[in-house]
This record gives sequence, structure tokens and C-alpha cells, in this order.
Amino acid sequence: MIEVRNLVKRYGDRLAVDNLSFTAEKGRIYGFLGPNGAGKTTTMNIMTGYLGPTSGDVIVDGRSMLEEPEEVKRYIGYLPENPPLYIDMTVSEYLTFAAELKKIPKSRQKSEIQKAVEYTFLQDVNGRLIRNLSKGYRQRVGLAQAILGFPEIIILDEPTVGLDPKQIMEIRDLIRNLGREHTVIFSSHILSEVQEVCDHVLIIHHGKLLANGTPEELERQMKNTTLELTVRSSSPEQVKNMLVAIPGIVSVAEDKNDQPGQVSLKIETEPDTDPRDDIFYACAENRNPILTLRGLDMSLEQIFLSLTTDNVQPASSSVLKQFGKQEVEES
Amino acid sequence: MMAVYKRELRSYFNSMIGYVFIALVVAIIGIYFMANNLVGGYPRFSHTLGSIVFIFLIAIPILTMKSMAEELRFKTDQMLLTYPVSVTKVVLGKFLAMVTVFAVPMLLAALCPLIIAFNGTSYLATDYATILAFFLLGCLFISVGLFVSALTESQIIAAFGTFGLLLLLFLWPQLVSYLPTSAWGTAVALLVIVTCIVFLLYSMTRNKLLSLIVEAAGLVAIVVAYLLAASSFDRLLPRVLSSLSCTKVLDNFAAYNVFDLGGLFFYLSCTALFVYLTVQAVQRRRWN
Repeated sequence: MIEVRNLVKRYGDRLAVDNLSFTAEKGRIYGFLGPNGAGKTTTMNIMTGYLGPTSGDVIVDGRSMLEEPEEVKRYIGYLPENPPLYIDMTVSEYLTFAAELKKIPKSRQKSEIQKAVEYTFLQDVNGRLIRNLSKGYRQRVGLAQAILGFPEIIILDEPTVGLDPKQIMEIRDLIRNLGREHTVIFSSHILSEVQEVCDHVLIIHHGKLLANGTPEELERQMKNTTLELTVRSSSPEQVKNMLVAIPGIVSVAEDKNDQPGQVSLKIETEPDTDPRDDIFYACAENRNPILTLRGLDMSLEQIFLSLTTDNVQPASSSVLKQFGKQEVEES
Repeated sequence: MMAVYKRELRSYFNSMIGYVFIALVVAIIGIYFMANNLVGGYPRFSHTLGSIVFIFLIAIPILTMKSMAEELRFKTDQMLLTYPVSVTKVVLGKFLAMVTVFAVPMLLAALCPLIIAFNGTSYLATDYATILAFFLLGCLFISVGLFVSALTESQIIAAFGTFGLLLLLFLWPQLVSYLPTSAWGTAVALLVIVTCIVFLLYSMTRNKLLSLIVEAAGLVAIVVAYLLAASSFDRLLPRVLSSLSCTKVLDNFAAYNVFDLGGLFFYLSCTALFVYLTVQAVQRRRWN
């Protein structure tokens, strides 16, 4: 439905978006994850035609944003980070203006506005000046203009920021509803929100796409890359040397253990390998009885942290490589 | 375009700006009309209009300062630029809304010649021609204000910038008379102008080679032209630049009772140029 092709955006010397490519399909909800300044907003601004890319293009339904901007923009509804509201208008005046600007035929304007208002629970404030509305209501008015006319692609930049918990729930429900028939792309830095709402997660850091897949996929791929091992031994060095020799183990780090005669270690393994058998035999051979050995599952949160921490650890770099491969395949 | 036009027009009358602007222009026209025509007994309204061009210096910045700057400040430009409407239509909608606000005091001014006619001899043709020229000059100044407003997100800077630019245009004939008239002085002045243009070019393209080539070409052209035909450099700058005077056209209407058709085209094309520059300024922001 919407395809981002090799997007690059350069501000002077700073590279805000670095060769970003992905495709978003109809009927799915995409979550844009990334730390502050990762390039989420810039990417969204380019996808909606607000900014021009340094190079690359955005293709909607086979049409290019660069060549036919007015046509392409009809398909897109956008809620920017700060809702673009004219505070000197009432909610209904504002939505009428939005409907006219979206070129919704006059005969359908009333019913479309009515639908958007009901969807965003704005009935009570319809006649009030936007100037006098609270932050939560303003956010909803912004959302109402984005979904007005129900464009096929709805892009929301941090739609739940500044809302109270009840409003956040409402907006999440709304996104889920929209996601049934539309392509919804929204950015957030709240991981639980992304995990709960999205079918698909895109992790962006320094303008690059680091991971692209469903939350379950990402978790599966990251699973068992960290093992926790405690053995009886008096020499941590000896155990370390023994383990590093085992194929499939990337690194071994000593963990804290106050018990005398015990050594705890964190072992990073390559994904899709399971060196636990080898560890068992190696420990047996060296007469270091295993006290505990367990795999640590990574939550989306840990995936996010390991991918977006700048001093990338060996384990995550191997995961990176893997995601990188997948990304190439997808594009 | 109609949506933007209607919204802008409504916003001028929802806030004080529209009323303040209209009141100011009507008040000044009224005072001068009373002093010159009603009390003074002079039958030509065109002279009255010709002597109150200064009102633009104060009134136009009030009208235009928020036009583009406010969109940037409240980020509502994000809405306009991501909707299926072209930048040109947005800018035109805004421009036409301001022209409409300006048309209100002009319609009131259009009654003045009739008042004179009821009380004695009047010169309706020159009066209405002058009202037309005055209106088009106002439109030109509005487009200048629109352009300045697109360059900043601060209304105050937009207002002062517009005031400065309009003051320059207002004083243009006097300033031009200070330019060098001798041939070699003109050559030096041209060189300075070329250098300024090259500097502008460089700041936009960051292309050293291109800038150097243009600078060198300009230098060679000026030197060669000076050596071949120094006499054509005589008074060249004042001659060319004084023809760009905005107020001269209105003077032709108001003071000399001449219907300066070319002058009206000059107003219209300059207006179009500044509207175009406004569109470019908005686009440039998108691509930077």
C-alpha cells in the first residue's frame, strides 16, 4: 500500500534518515519505535509530503509522492507530533475546513465529519473554540482531522503523548479499530503500547531501520541468545577459557556471585544455535558441576534496548546482522 | 484554494487585525478627504489618495505579518502541506483573503468621489482610475508582506521586515538620486551589484566554482562594456532603477492625471513575482 524507498534526509551535515526502506500493507498496524531523535518524525514528515527527501521516494498505490503529490496525499491522513490546530476556530469549524481542504464532496462532508467526531468522542466539545480545549481534547481534534474521510493510510506521530490513562486506552482502541481496514502507522516510545497494539514493529535508530517484523518474530529471533550459568569452581578464569572454546558462544562475562566456590557467568550465544549440550559436557569433563543453566528470554523492551544502545554488545551486533539480512530480503 | 481563502478571511474578522486594519485605513483616508476635499474644497479625490501612500507603511505590515508566520509558529503548515492541495493554492488563498480585507476600505473610499460630485464639480474618471492604481499598489505591498511573512515564524520580525522593505520602496526615488551618475562610478556600482548577486548565489548553491565563474564573467563583461562604450554607462543606474519606482506610477495617476496602463502592468507583475517568491520560500523550507 505504502512503500518507502531508500529514503535519505540530510540536514546540513547531519543525516536524519539514512537509506530507509520498508513497505506497509493494508489492514495492518505498524509501530515505529526508536529513541528520541532517531528519525521517526522526519520519516513520517517525508511520508506525508510535509518535507522533501534528499533522495528516495514514497510510493502509494503505485504513485510517487514526488511526482503526484496532490494525488498521493488524498490517500494519507496525518496527525503530526503537535496537532496542527487553528486555535481561533471551533471544533466543527475546524473539521469543516479540513473536509473542504481534503476535497470531500459537499454532500458527504456532514456525515464524514459526524463519523470522525463520533470516532474520537468529540461530541461534547463540537461548538467550543479549540483555544479553550485541554491537551487531551486537542489531541483528539488532531486525530479527528487525520481520520476525516477515512483515508487508506493513517499516520500518527506519538498519538498518546500527553493523554491521561483512560484517553490512552481509548486511542489504542481507536487505532485497533482503524487497523482492520486501513494501514495505520504510528510512532511511539512506549514499548508496551507498541507490543499491545501493533501487528508489526519497525525499530529505527540514527535514521536506520534496525529491525522489522512482528513482535513475536522479533522475540523468537532474540530468544536464547543469553544464557545464565552457575558452576561450582574456584577459578572463574579457567571456566571462562573453557567456555569460550565452545563453538556458538560469542562472549562470556562474569556475573556477581557471593557464594564461595561458585562462579556465575552470562553467556552470549549466536542466534539459532544451542550450545547447552556442549556446555554440559565441557563442565562435566572439567569437573565443574553445573548448579544452574537457563536461557534468558528477551522481551521487546530488551530487544529495543540492545538494538538502540550505542555501544553495541557483541550479541546484539550478531542479531543486527541477522535483521539486516532480513531487511534486504524484504526490500 | 476556496477553503483556505474562507478560513483566512474569517480569521481576520474573528481577531482584531481585520478591524484594526480597516479602521486605520478608513480613518486616514477620511481625515485627508475631509481636510483636502470637504473643508479645503479641492475637487480632486485623486490628489488626496496620492498624498496618503504612507498609510501602507503602517497598515500593510499589520495585515500581512501573521499570514505565513503564524502557520509556521503553530505548525498548522503541517496540515496545509500534507493535505491534497498545492502550495500555490494555499498562498493564493491567503493573498486573496488579504486583498479582500483591503478591498473593504477601498470600497468606502470609492464613495468619496460621489460625495464630491453631489456637491459640485468632480473628476470621476481620474478619481476612480487613481483608486484603481492605489488598490493595485496596495496589492503589490500585500504580496511583499506575504513574502516577508513566509521567511520567519515571528510575526514581529515579519511586521518590521515588511515595514523596512516598504520604506525602501517608498523612498526609492530619493535613494536612487544618490547613486553615482558618472560612467566609472556606475561601473564600480555594477561590480558591487554583481558581487552581491554572486554572494547570494553562493549562499544558495554552496558551489564555489560556479560562483567564481559567474563573478569572473560579470567582471569581464563590465570591463569590456566599459572599454567599448563608456558613454552608455552614463547615468545608467539612476535611469534603470528609477523606472522600478513603485510610487511613480501612482503619481502619474494622482498628480498628472495620466492613465498609466504600463504602470498598472508593472504593479500586477511585481505582485505576481512576490506571490511566486512566497511559494518558493515555502517550498525551500520543505527541502532544506
